[in-house]
Amino acid sequence: MSVPLAQVQLRDRSGDTGCVSNNGFCPDWIADNYQRYQDPLIEHIVLTLISVAIGFAIAFSLALLAHRRRWLAGPIVQVTGILYTLPSLAVFFLLLPLTGRGRTTAVIALVSYTLLIIFRNVRTGLDNVPAETRDAARGVGLTDRQLLWRVELPLALPEIMAGLRIATTTTVGLATLAFFAGAGGLGGEIFADVNFKSNVVVAGGLCVLLAAALDLLILLAQRLATPWARAAR
Amino acid sequence: MISGATGSGFGVPLAGVVSEFSDAIEFIFRSRESRAGGADVGGSQMLDLLGEHLQLTLAASLVACLVSIPLGLWLGHIRRGSFVAISVSNVGRAVPSLALIAFFVAYLGVGFTNVTVALALLAIPPILTNTYVGVAQVDRDSVDAARGMGMSGLQIVRRVELPLALPLIFGGVKTSVVNVVATATIAPLAGVVTLGDPIINVSTYGDEGRLAAAIVVAALAVAAELSLSALQRAVTPTGLKLGSGRTLRERFPFPKRRVEATP
Repeated sequence: MSVPLAQVQLRDRSGDTGCVSNNGFCPDWIADNYQRYQDPLIEHIVLTLISVAIGFAIAFSLALLAHRRRWLAGPIVQVTGILYTLPSLAVFFLLLPLTGRGRTTAVIALVSYTLLIIFRNVRTGLDNVPAETRDAARGVGLTDRQLLWRVELPLALPEIMAGLRIATTTTVGLATLAFFAGAGGLGGEIFADVNFKSNVVVAGGLCVLLAAALDLLILLAQRLATPWARAAR
Repeated sequence: MISGATGSGFGVPLAGVVSEFSDAIEFIFRSRESRAGGADVGGSQMLDLLGEHLQLTLAASLVACLVSIPLGLWLGHIRRGSFVAISVSNVGRAVPSLALIAFFVAYLGVGFTNVTVALALLAIPPILTNTYVGVAQVDRDSVDAARGMGMSGLQIVRRVELPLALPLIFGGVKTSVVNVVATATIAPLAGVVTLGDPIINVSTYGDEGRLAAAIVVAALAVAAELSLSALQRAVTPTGLKLGSGRTLRERFPFPKRRVEATP
Protein backbone atom coordinates (compact mmCIF):
# COMPACT_ATOMS: atom_id res chain seq x y z
CA MET A 1 0.00 0.00 0.00
CA SER A 2 2.98 2.31 0.17
CA VAL A 3 3.47 4.72 -2.70
CA PRO A 4 6.16 3.65 -5.15
CA LEU A 5 7.72 7.09 -5.05
CA ALA A 6 11.19 5.87 -5.83
CA GLN A 7 9.83 4.41 -9.00
CA VAL A 8 8.42 7.76 -10.05
CA GLN A 9 11.51 9.70 -9.21
CA LEU A 10 13.74 7.68 -11.50
CA ARG A 11 12.68 9.54 -14.57
CA ASP A 12 14.12 9.06 -17.96
CA ARG A 13 15.76 12.14 -19.37
CA SER A 14 16.39 11.01 -22.87
CA GLY A 15 18.26 13.31 -25.19
CA ASP A 16 20.58 14.45 -22.40
CA THR A 17 22.38 17.65 -23.30
CA GLY A 18 24.17 20.14 -21.08
CA CYS A 19 20.98 22.08 -20.51
CA VAL A 20 19.06 19.06 -19.30
CA SER A 21 21.70 17.79 -16.90
CA ASN A 22 21.89 21.31 -15.45
CA ASN A 23 18.15 21.14 -14.69
CA GLY A 24 17.68 24.13 -16.99
CA PHE A 25 14.78 25.38 -19.02
CA CYS A 26 15.30 23.61 -22.34
CA PRO A 27 12.92 24.28 -25.26
CA ASP A 28 14.53 21.44 -27.23
CA TRP A 29 13.87 18.91 -24.47
CA ILE A 30 10.27 20.14 -24.20
CA ALA A 31 9.74 19.83 -27.93
CA ASP A 32 11.04 16.27 -27.83
CA ASN A 33 9.24 15.19 -24.68
CA TYR A 34 5.87 16.95 -24.68
CA GLN A 35 4.20 13.62 -25.35
CA ARG A 36 4.97 12.33 -21.89
CA TYR A 37 2.57 14.91 -20.47
CA GLN A 38 -0.31 13.85 -22.68
CA ASP A 39 -1.66 10.99 -20.57
CA PRO A 40 -1.29 12.81 -17.24
CA LEU A 41 -3.08 15.80 -18.78
CA ILE A 42 -5.98 13.61 -19.88
CA GLU A 43 -6.11 11.97 -16.43
CA HIS A 44 -6.14 15.43 -14.91
CA ILE A 45 -9.02 16.59 -17.13
CA VAL A 46 -11.06 13.45 -16.46
CA LEU A 47 -10.47 13.71 -12.72
CA THR A 48 -11.52 17.36 -12.68
CA LEU A 49 -14.64 16.86 -14.79
CA ILE A 50 -15.86 13.82 -12.85
CA SER A 51 -15.32 15.54 -9.50
CA VAL A 52 -16.96 18.81 -10.50
CA ALA A 53 -19.91 17.01 -12.11
CA ILE A 54 -20.59 14.87 -9.04
CA GLY A 55 -19.97 17.81 -6.72
CA PHE A 56 -22.37 19.96 -8.70
CA ALA A 57 -25.08 17.29 -8.70
CA ILE A 58 -24.86 16.86 -4.92
CA ALA A 59 -24.48 20.54 -3.99
CA PHE A 60 -27.22 21.66 -6.40
CA SER A 61 -29.68 19.12 -4.97
CA LEU A 62 -28.77 20.15 -1.43
CA ALA A 63 -29.29 23.80 -2.33
CA LEU A 64 -32.74 23.10 -3.80
CA LEU A 65 -33.58 21.13 -0.68
CA ALA A 66 -32.44 23.96 1.56
CA HIS A 67 -34.40 26.40 -0.59
CA ARG A 68 -37.62 24.58 0.33
CA ARG A 69 -36.73 23.61 3.87
CA ARG A 70 -34.84 26.60 5.16
CA TRP A 71 -33.82 25.08 8.49
CA LEU A 72 -31.61 22.61 6.58
CA ALA A 73 -29.32 25.38 5.30
CA GLY A 74 -27.45 25.79 8.60
CA PRO A 75 -26.52 22.14 9.12
CA ILE A 76 -25.60 21.71 5.43
CA VAL A 77 -23.28 24.73 5.53
CA GLN A 78 -21.66 23.40 8.70
CA VAL A 79 -21.04 19.91 7.36
CA THR A 80 -19.81 21.04 3.93
CA GLY A 81 -17.76 23.71 5.71
CA ILE A 82 -15.85 21.05 7.63
CA LEU A 83 -15.32 19.06 4.42
CA TYR A 84 -14.04 22.25 2.78
CA THR A 85 -11.64 22.91 5.65
CA LEU A 86 -10.04 19.46 5.65
CA PRO A 87 -6.89 19.58 3.51
CA SER A 88 -7.47 17.33 0.51
CA LEU A 89 -4.01 15.82 0.89
CA ALA A 90 -4.96 14.66 4.38
CA VAL A 91 -8.32 13.42 3.16
CA PHE A 92 -6.62 11.20 0.55
CA PHE A 93 -4.72 9.38 3.26
CA LEU A 94 -7.62 9.30 5.69
CA LEU A 95 -9.63 7.58 2.96
CA LEU A 96 -6.91 5.12 1.90
CA PRO A 97 -7.80 2.45 4.50
CA LEU A 98 -11.45 2.68 3.42
CA THR A 99 -11.38 3.03 -0.33
CA GLY A 100 -7.86 2.05 -1.29
CA ARG A 101 -5.57 3.71 -3.81
CA GLY A 102 -7.06 4.97 -7.01
CA ARG A 103 -9.45 7.36 -8.64
CA THR A 104 -12.34 6.67 -6.22
CA THR A 105 -10.40 8.05 -3.29
CA ALA A 106 -9.24 11.10 -5.23
CA VAL A 107 -12.73 11.86 -6.54
CA ILE A 108 -14.31 11.61 -3.07
CA ALA A 109 -11.78 14.08 -1.66
CA LEU A 110 -12.15 16.50 -4.57
CA VAL A 111 -15.95 16.33 -4.53
CA SER A 112 -16.07 17.03 -0.81
CA TYR A 113 -14.08 20.19 -1.48
CA THR A 114 -16.43 21.56 -4.15
CA LEU A 115 -19.67 21.11 -2.17
CA LEU A 116 -19.52 24.25 -0.04
CA ILE A 117 -18.49 26.50 -2.95
CA ILE A 118 -21.32 25.39 -5.22
CA PHE A 119 -23.92 25.13 -2.46
CA ARG A 120 -23.22 28.65 -1.25
CA ASN A 121 -23.43 30.17 -4.71
CA VAL A 122 -26.65 28.41 -5.70
CA ARG A 123 -28.23 29.55 -2.43
CA THR A 124 -27.06 33.14 -2.90
CA GLY A 125 -28.41 33.12 -6.45
CA LEU A 126 -31.81 31.85 -5.36
CA ASP A 127 -31.97 34.25 -2.39
CA ASN A 128 -31.17 37.23 -4.60
CA VAL A 129 -34.26 36.76 -6.74
CA PRO A 130 -36.33 39.89 -6.00
CA ALA A 131 -39.44 39.29 -3.93
CA GLU A 132 -41.44 41.33 -6.45
CA THR A 133 -40.48 38.92 -9.23
CA ARG A 134 -41.58 36.00 -7.12
CA ASP A 135 -44.87 37.70 -6.29
CA ALA A 136 -45.44 38.45 -9.96
CA ALA A 137 -44.74 34.84 -10.94
CA ARG A 138 -47.20 33.61 -8.36
CA GLY A 139 -49.65 36.20 -9.54
CA VAL A 140 -49.69 34.80 -13.05
CA GLY A 141 -50.43 31.40 -11.54
CA LEU A 142 -47.10 29.53 -11.52
CA THR A 143 -46.85 26.56 -9.18
CA ASP A 144 -43.90 26.20 -6.81
CA ARG A 145 -42.13 23.92 -9.24
CA GLN A 146 -42.70 26.22 -12.21
CA LEU A 147 -41.59 29.18 -10.14
CA LEU A 148 -38.33 27.41 -9.33
CA TRP A 149 -37.45 26.17 -12.81
CA ARG A 150 -38.80 29.03 -14.94
CA VAL A 151 -38.11 32.06 -12.78
CA GLU A 152 -35.79 31.52 -9.86
CA LEU A 153 -33.17 29.23 -11.40
CA PRO A 154 -32.75 31.23 -14.63
CA LEU A 155 -32.32 34.41 -12.60
CA ALA A 156 -29.84 32.67 -10.31
CA LEU A 157 -27.84 31.30 -13.23
CA PRO A 158 -25.02 33.91 -13.12
CA GLU A 159 -24.35 33.13 -9.44
CA ILE A 160 -24.58 29.39 -10.04
CA MET A 161 -22.15 29.58 -12.94
CA ALA A 162 -19.78 31.73 -10.88
CA GLY A 163 -19.75 28.99 -8.26
CA LEU A 164 -19.11 26.39 -10.90
CA ARG A 165 -16.16 28.39 -12.21
CA ILE A 166 -14.59 28.76 -8.78
CA ALA A 167 -15.12 25.07 -8.06
CA THR A 168 -13.57 24.06 -11.40
CA THR A 169 -10.42 26.16 -11.15
CA THR A 170 -9.94 25.09 -7.53
CA THR A 171 -10.37 21.44 -8.46
CA VAL A 172 -7.80 21.70 -11.25
CA GLY A 173 -5.35 22.96 -8.64
CA LEU A 174 -6.19 20.32 -6.04
CA ALA A 175 -6.10 17.53 -8.60
CA THR A 176 -2.34 18.12 -8.81
CA LEU A 177 -2.20 16.32 -5.46
CA ALA A 178 -4.34 13.40 -6.63
CA PHE A 179 -1.29 11.33 -7.55
CA PHE A 180 -0.70 10.88 -3.81
CA ALA A 181 -3.92 8.87 -3.84
CA GLY A 182 -2.75 6.93 -6.88
CA ALA A 183 -5.00 8.73 -9.34
CA GLY A 184 -2.35 10.18 -11.63
CA GLY A 185 -2.68 13.65 -13.10
CA LEU A 186 -0.13 16.36 -13.82
CA GLY A 187 0.94 16.59 -10.18
CA GLY A 188 2.77 13.29 -10.48
CA GLU A 189 4.89 14.76 -13.26
CA ILE A 190 5.70 17.87 -11.22
CA PHE A 191 6.54 15.81 -8.16
CA ALA A 192 8.67 13.37 -10.12
CA ASP A 193 11.32 15.99 -10.79
CA VAL A 194 10.88 19.27 -8.90
CA ASN A 195 14.44 20.36 -9.61
CA PHE A 196 14.15 20.23 -13.39
CA LYS A 197 12.97 23.64 -14.60
CA SER A 198 11.61 22.41 -17.95
CA ASN A 199 9.51 19.78 -16.24
CA VAL A 200 8.10 22.15 -13.63
CA VAL A 201 7.28 24.86 -16.16
CA VAL A 202 5.57 22.52 -18.62
CA ALA A 203 3.55 20.51 -16.07
CA GLY A 204 2.69 23.54 -13.93
CA GLY A 205 1.92 25.61 -17.01
CA LEU A 206 -0.44 22.94 -18.32
CA CYS A 207 -2.34 23.05 -15.01
CA VAL A 208 -2.77 26.82 -15.25
CA LEU A 209 -3.77 26.63 -18.92
CA LEU A 210 -6.26 23.88 -18.14
CA ALA A 211 -7.83 25.96 -15.37
CA ALA A 212 -8.05 28.98 -17.66
CA ALA A 213 -9.50 26.95 -20.55
CA LEU A 214 -12.20 25.32 -18.42
CA ASP A 215 -13.02 28.69 -16.86
CA LEU A 216 -13.50 30.23 -20.32
CA LEU A 217 -15.62 27.30 -21.47
CA ILE A 218 -18.00 27.71 -18.53
CA LEU A 219 -18.14 31.46 -19.10
CA LEU A 220 -19.02 30.80 -22.73
CA ALA A 221 -21.72 28.32 -21.71
CA GLN A 222 -23.12 30.92 -19.36
CA ARG A 223 -23.27 33.51 -22.16
CA LEU A 224 -25.13 31.06 -24.35
CA ALA A 225 -27.50 30.06 -21.57
CA THR A 226 -28.44 33.61 -20.58
CA PRO A 227 -29.20 35.50 -23.82
CA TRP A 228 -31.29 38.01 -21.83
CA ALA A 229 -28.19 39.23 -20.00
CA ARG A 230 -26.68 40.36 -23.29
CA ALA A 231 -29.90 41.97 -24.45
CA ALA A 232 -30.07 44.04 -21.29
CA ARG A 233 -26.64 45.50 -21.80
CA MET B 1 2.60 -2.98 8.16
CA ILE B 2 -0.79 -3.09 6.60
CA SER B 3 -1.51 -5.06 3.53
CA GLY B 4 -5.31 -5.36 3.65
CA ALA B 5 -6.74 -2.53 1.63
CA THR B 6 -4.73 -2.67 -1.57
CA GLY B 7 -7.77 -3.13 -3.76
CA SER B 8 -10.49 -0.58 -4.29
CA GLY B 9 -14.11 -0.90 -3.33
CA PHE B 10 -15.88 -1.17 -0.04
CA GLY B 11 -15.33 -4.82 0.77
CA VAL B 12 -12.66 -3.83 3.27
CA PRO B 13 -13.13 -5.53 6.64
CA LEU B 14 -13.92 -2.96 9.28
CA ALA B 15 -11.48 -4.52 11.73
CA GLY B 16 -8.60 -3.78 9.34
CA VAL B 17 -9.62 -0.14 9.03
CA VAL B 18 -9.94 0.24 12.79
CA SER B 19 -6.53 -1.31 13.39
CA GLU B 20 -4.91 0.98 10.80
CA PHE B 21 -6.35 4.03 12.51
CA SER B 22 -5.41 2.82 15.99
CA ASP B 23 -1.85 2.13 14.75
CA ALA B 24 -1.72 5.67 13.41
CA ILE B 25 -3.00 7.15 16.66
CA GLU B 26 -0.44 5.15 18.59
CA PHE B 27 2.20 6.56 16.25
CA ILE B 28 1.21 10.10 17.27
CA PHE B 29 1.75 9.40 20.96
CA ARG B 30 4.58 6.87 21.11
CA SER B 31 7.88 7.12 19.27
CA ARG B 32 9.34 4.13 17.49
CA GLU B 33 12.33 3.14 15.43
CA SER B 34 12.56 4.68 12.00
CA ARG B 35 12.20 2.26 9.12
CA ALA B 36 15.19 3.72 7.34
CA GLY B 37 17.38 3.72 10.44
CA GLY B 38 18.46 6.90 12.19
CA ALA B 39 16.51 8.87 14.76
CA ASP B 40 13.23 7.61 16.16
CA VAL B 41 10.01 8.78 14.55
CA GLY B 42 6.56 9.36 15.97
CA GLY B 43 5.70 10.46 19.49
CA SER B 44 7.71 13.50 20.52
CA GLN B 45 9.22 13.74 17.05
CA MET B 46 5.72 14.54 15.77
CA LEU B 47 5.81 17.56 18.08
CA ASP B 48 8.93 18.80 16.28
CA LEU B 49 7.16 18.40 12.97
CA LEU B 50 4.12 20.21 14.35
CA GLY B 51 6.34 23.02 15.62
CA GLU B 52 7.97 23.49 12.24
CA HIS B 53 4.57 23.34 10.55
CA LEU B 54 3.20 26.05 12.84
CA GLN B 55 6.27 28.24 12.39
CA LEU B 56 6.02 28.05 8.62
CA THR B 57 2.28 28.74 8.70
CA LEU B 58 2.71 31.70 11.01
CA ALA B 59 5.59 33.20 9.01
CA ALA B 60 3.80 32.88 5.67
CA SER B 61 0.49 34.18 7.04
CA LEU B 62 2.18 37.18 8.68
CA VAL B 63 4.02 38.11 5.50
CA ALA B 64 0.78 37.79 3.52
CA CYS B 65 -1.13 39.96 6.00
CA LEU B 66 1.57 42.63 6.08
CA VAL B 67 1.52 42.88 2.30
CA SER B 68 -2.15 42.55 1.51
CA ILE B 69 -4.03 44.30 4.33
CA PRO B 70 -2.38 47.75 3.87
CA LEU B 71 -2.65 47.42 0.09
CA GLY B 72 -6.29 46.37 0.29
CA LEU B 73 -7.12 49.18 2.73
CA TRP B 74 -5.52 51.72 0.45
CA LEU B 75 -7.16 50.46 -2.75
CA GLY B 76 -10.50 50.19 -0.95
CA HIS B 77 -10.18 53.66 0.55
CA ILE B 78 -9.54 55.35 -2.80
CA ARG B 79 -12.09 52.94 -4.32
CA ARG B 80 -9.87 52.19 -7.27
CA GLY B 81 -8.12 49.14 -8.56
CA SER B 82 -11.08 46.83 -8.12
CA PHE B 83 -9.92 45.03 -11.24
CA VAL B 84 -6.52 44.29 -9.68
CA ALA B 85 -7.93 43.33 -6.30
CA ILE B 86 -10.53 40.98 -7.74
CA SER B 87 -8.56 39.41 -10.57
CA VAL B 88 -5.58 38.67 -8.34
CA SER B 89 -7.76 36.18 -6.51
CA ASN B 90 -8.93 34.58 -9.74
CA VAL B 91 -5.37 34.13 -10.93
CA GLY B 92 -4.28 32.93 -7.51
CA ARG B 93 -6.90 30.20 -7.56
CA ALA B 94 -5.71 28.87 -10.90
CA VAL B 95 -2.10 28.35 -9.83
CA PRO B 96 -1.80 24.98 -8.11
CA SER B 97 0.09 25.12 -4.81
CA LEU B 98 2.23 22.15 -5.81
CA ALA B 99 3.23 23.88 -9.06
CA LEU B 100 4.10 27.10 -7.25
CA ILE B 101 6.29 25.36 -4.69
CA ALA B 102 7.96 23.27 -7.40
CA PHE B 103 8.58 26.46 -9.35
CA PHE B 104 10.29 28.02 -6.34
CA VAL B 105 12.40 24.91 -5.79
CA ALA B 106 13.47 24.72 -9.43
CA TYR B 107 14.31 28.41 -9.81
CA LEU B 108 15.28 29.61 -6.33
CA GLY B 109 16.21 26.44 -4.48
CA VAL B 110 15.03 24.94 -1.21
CA GLY B 111 14.87 26.45 2.26
CA PHE B 112 12.58 28.00 4.85
CA THR B 113 12.64 31.50 3.34
CA ASN B 114 11.74 30.33 -0.14
CA VAL B 115 8.85 28.21 1.08
CA THR B 116 7.61 31.06 3.27
CA VAL B 117 7.53 33.37 0.25
CA ALA B 118 5.80 30.75 -1.90
CA LEU B 119 3.13 30.13 0.75
CA ALA B 120 2.72 33.86 1.34
CA LEU B 121 2.04 34.31 -2.39
CA LEU B 122 -0.72 31.71 -2.09
CA ALA B 123 -2.13 33.44 0.97
CA ILE B 124 -2.19 36.99 -0.40
CA PRO B 125 -5.13 36.83 -2.86
CA PRO B 126 -7.96 35.96 -0.43
CA ILE B 127 -6.83 38.55 2.13
CA LEU B 128 -6.30 41.27 -0.48
CA THR B 129 -9.64 40.69 -2.18
CA ASN B 130 -11.55 40.51 1.09
CA THR B 131 -9.89 43.63 2.49
CA TYR B 132 -10.63 45.54 -0.69
CA VAL B 133 -14.26 44.42 -0.82
CA GLY B 134 -14.69 45.01 2.91
CA VAL B 135 -13.51 48.61 2.68
CA ALA B 136 -15.09 49.43 -0.67
CA GLN B 137 -18.50 48.24 0.48
CA VAL B 138 -18.56 50.55 3.48
CA ASP B 139 -21.58 52.79 3.17
CA ARG B 140 -20.64 56.02 1.35
CA ASP B 141 -22.83 57.97 3.78
CA SER B 142 -20.82 56.73 6.78
CA VAL B 143 -17.62 57.92 5.14
CA ASP B 144 -19.17 61.29 4.26
CA ALA B 145 -20.45 61.65 7.82
CA ALA B 146 -16.99 60.94 9.17
CA ARG B 147 -15.49 63.50 6.80
CA GLY B 148 -18.15 65.97 7.86
CA MET B 149 -17.02 65.50 11.48
CA GLY B 150 -13.59 66.64 10.35
CA MET B 151 -11.77 63.32 10.22
CA SER B 152 -8.70 63.08 8.03
CA GLY B 153 -8.30 60.36 5.44
CA LEU B 154 -6.17 58.27 7.76
CA GLN B 155 -8.66 58.67 10.61
CA ILE B 156 -11.48 57.57 8.33
CA VAL B 157 -9.54 54.44 7.42
CA ARG B 158 -8.64 53.66 11.03
CA ARG B 159 -11.87 54.52 12.80
CA VAL B 160 -14.59 53.92 10.23
CA GLU B 161 -13.54 51.75 7.31
CA LEU B 162 -11.24 49.32 9.11
CA PRO B 163 -13.68 48.38 11.90
CA LEU B 164 -16.52 47.95 9.43
CA ALA B 165 -14.33 45.83 7.14
CA LEU B 166 -12.81 43.70 9.93
CA PRO B 167 -15.22 40.75 9.66
CA LEU B 168 -14.49 40.37 5.95
CA ILE B 169 -10.74 40.86 6.45
CA PHE B 170 -10.73 38.13 9.07
CA GLY B 171 -12.74 35.95 6.71
CA GLY B 172 -9.93 36.31 4.17
CA VAL B 173 -7.26 35.65 6.79
CA LYS B 174 -9.13 32.52 7.86
CA THR B 175 -9.31 31.21 4.31
CA SER B 176 -5.62 31.88 3.78
CA VAL B 177 -4.40 30.40 7.05
CA VAL B 178 -6.38 27.20 6.53
CA ASN B 179 -5.01 27.03 3.00
CA VAL B 180 -1.43 27.58 4.22
CA VAL B 181 -1.82 24.87 6.88
CA ALA B 182 -2.89 22.51 4.12
CA THR B 183 -0.17 23.53 1.69
CA ALA B 184 2.63 23.51 4.26
CA THR B 185 2.16 19.76 4.09
CA ILE B 186 4.08 19.63 0.81
CA ALA B 187 6.90 21.81 2.15
CA PRO B 188 9.25 18.82 2.70
CA LEU B 189 9.60 18.86 -1.10
CA ALA B 190 11.49 22.11 -0.57
CA GLY B 191 13.52 20.92 2.38
CA VAL B 192 11.35 22.19 5.24
CA VAL B 193 10.48 19.30 7.53
CA THR B 194 6.83 19.89 8.40
CA LEU B 195 4.00 17.49 9.18
CA GLY B 196 4.10 16.57 5.51
CA ASP B 197 7.36 14.68 6.00
CA PRO B 198 5.68 11.37 6.92
CA ILE B 199 3.49 11.80 3.82
CA ILE B 200 6.32 12.54 1.40
CA ASN B 201 8.93 10.21 2.93
CA VAL B 202 6.70 7.26 3.62
CA SER B 203 9.65 4.85 3.49
CA THR B 204 10.99 6.34 6.73
CA TYR B 205 7.74 6.61 8.62
CA GLY B 206 5.69 3.75 7.28
CA ASP B 207 1.99 3.72 6.45
CA GLU B 208 0.93 4.32 10.04
CA GLY B 209 3.14 7.42 10.20
CA ARG B 210 1.59 8.75 7.02
CA LEU B 211 -1.94 8.23 8.30
CA ALA B 212 -0.92 9.79 11.62
CA ALA B 213 0.35 12.89 9.82
CA ALA B 214 -2.87 13.10 7.80
CA ILE B 215 -4.91 12.99 11.02
CA VAL B 216 -2.82 15.71 12.68
CA VAL B 217 -2.90 17.98 9.61
CA ALA B 218 -6.66 17.60 9.32
CA ALA B 219 -7.13 18.37 13.03
CA LEU B 220 -4.82 21.37 12.73
CA ALA B 221 -6.79 22.79 9.80
CA VAL B 222 -10.09 22.39 11.64
CA ALA B 223 -8.60 23.95 14.78
CA ALA B 224 -7.32 26.92 12.75
CA GLU B 225 -10.72 27.36 11.13
CA LEU B 226 -12.61 27.22 14.44
CA SER B 227 -10.29 29.54 16.35
CA LEU B 228 -10.19 32.12 13.56
CA SER B 229 -13.98 31.94 13.25
CA ALA B 230 -14.25 32.70 16.95
CA LEU B 231 -11.80 35.59 16.50
CA GLN B 232 -13.81 36.83 13.52
CA ARG B 233 -16.97 36.93 15.63
CA ALA B 234 -15.07 38.68 18.41
CA VAL B 235 -13.84 41.51 16.17
CA THR B 236 -17.20 42.08 14.49
CA PRO B 237 -18.56 45.45 15.64
CA THR B 238 -21.74 45.08 17.68
CA GLY B 239 -23.67 47.12 15.15
CA LEU B 240 -22.90 44.64 12.40
CA LYS B 241 -23.84 41.63 14.50
CA LEU B 242 -27.44 42.81 14.35
CA GLY B 243 -27.31 42.00 10.68
CA SER B 244 -26.81 38.29 11.07
CA GLY B 245 -30.17 37.63 9.42
CA ARG B 246 -29.88 36.98 5.72
CA THR B 247 -32.30 39.60 4.51
CA LEU B 248 -33.67 42.79 5.93
CA ARG B 249 -37.02 41.13 6.33
CA GLU B 250 -35.53 38.43 8.55
CA ARG B 251 -33.63 40.98 10.60
CA PHE B 252 -36.60 43.17 11.34
CA PRO B 253 -40.13 41.90 11.65
CA PHE B 254 -41.50 43.95 8.80
CA PRO B 255 -44.99 43.03 7.72
CA LYS B 256 -44.77 40.49 4.92
CA ARG B 257 -46.90 42.51 2.47
CA ARG B 258 -45.84 46.04 1.91
CA VAL B 259 -49.17 47.08 0.49
CA GLU B 260 -52.01 46.21 2.80
CA ALA B 261 -55.35 45.64 1.21
CA THR B 262 -57.62 48.52 2.15
CA PRO B 263 -61.27 47.91 2.59
